[in-house]
Amino acid sequence: MTKNKTVSAHQISHENVDKLKDISGVNVYACYQCGNCSSACPAVEFMDIPPHQIIRKVQLGFIDELLESETPWICAACITCTVKCPRGVDIAKVMEALRQLVLRSDFEHGNLCEIEDKLRKKLPQIALIGNFRKTIL
Amino acid sequence: MQLSYYPGCTLKTDGKNFETSALAVLDRLGVSVSELEDWYCCGVCFSQTQDNLMQQVAPVRTLVKAKEKGNPQLLALCTMCFNTLKRSIEFIKNDSEKMDTIHQFMDLENTQFFGDEIDVVDILTLIRQIGLEKLKEAIVKTDAGLKIASYYGCMLLRPKEIAIDSPDDPVILEEILESAGCENVYFPFRTECCGSYQIVNKPNIVKDRAKKIVNSAVKNGADLIVMLCPLCYFNFDEIQLDIKKEDASFQTIPVLYITQLLALLMGLDPHIQDFNLHAIDPRPVLKRKGLL
Repeated sequence: MTKNKTVSAHQISHENVDKLKDISGVNVYACYQCGNCSSACPAVEFMDIPPHQIIRKVQLGFIDELLESETPWICAACITCTVKCPRGVDIAKVMEALRQLVLRSDFEHGNLCEIEDKLRKKLPQIALIGNFRKTIL
Repeated sequence: MQLSYYPGCTLKTDGKNFETSALAVLDRLGVSVSELEDWYCCGVCFSQTQDNLMQQVAPVRTLVKAKEKGNPQLLALCTMCFNTLKRSIEFIKNDSEKMDTIHQFMDLENTQFFGDEIDVVDILTLIRQIGLEKLKEAIVKTDAGLKIASYYGCMLLRPKEIAIDSPDDPVILEEILESAGCENVYFPFRTECCGSYQIVNKPNIVKDRAKKIVNSAVKNGADLIVMLCPLCYFNFDEIQLDIKKEDASFQTIPVLYITQLLALLMGLDPHIQDFNLHAIDPRPVLKRKGLL
């Protein structure tokens, strides 16, 4: 059993809730927590918060907590979650918006110099540019 | 049939085999494609933000070039490019406000673009348009008896607005391979993500994905995996050697672009393909099946 969490007002950031809505254009309140997204996600085992819980936390306004999460940076935008959602919630867009919320204040997530030398020489352009598009503003 | 063709960056380098084989196959099927004289990187990953039009400038500039070229259909072989161009069109069409803003950031482009003038097509849809009967006629090696695991990846199937087939249960690759005389292998991971660009910073995710997907194809008795995406191809090919080092029981399987296989089945000169680009050499299995 996980410990019950106490919810307090300071966890809720209304400003970021609005920003997230503007960036993603998604109505997260349509979600009824069926968990289809998390069961379909091919990378869920690498995430610290599964996709359906991300949406729940967005509904509750706990955006600051999500900005610390690794989940949006594990998501590779394969859109499986969005296709599986019976309520039409575009979860992939919410993930993108969470990445953007971080990048719009930090410009870069992770360190580009950390790419292994051996790998960098072989990577096709498509991998590098894709990665830059998601991790640099 | 005349089409414009947008190769994208990777098909000119790591994905050369895809380009040369696809153009040869289309030539045999009587389709002439002409590459855009001027094209730009599409941006690879479609930006899913609603409020940042800057990210749409790159794909729209290429679409403007396609409009200037005159053909209504634009062939995008690379699936990442296909996805990005197609989603960009979906995002801006019938929205004059967005297009006005984008035009303000494209000083060098003089042609007005509205969003719905260009139809971006992928090679599978194109082959279906040409006709599976015609494909069947072009196949000369009908008795190869290859067992194929066809891998779709994400970009042709999701999101559903731009999907070329059902996102849940696509059949188009299997139909084409069946017409080409191959046996399709049931393969539950065929539409799953390979980890995409995470290969750059989080290669372990890709390794885990590749292992599951390849294992499933091998267990179901496939001789080859065929696919269309140059990024999936990269994520499946060489990484198998790394997995093999860690797990001796892991069985490797060659990976080919579908057009490479079709070109061989059509009896086209194998020298148009550079098999040295493959980390897992497909030549032994191709020779065994009489294709080389």
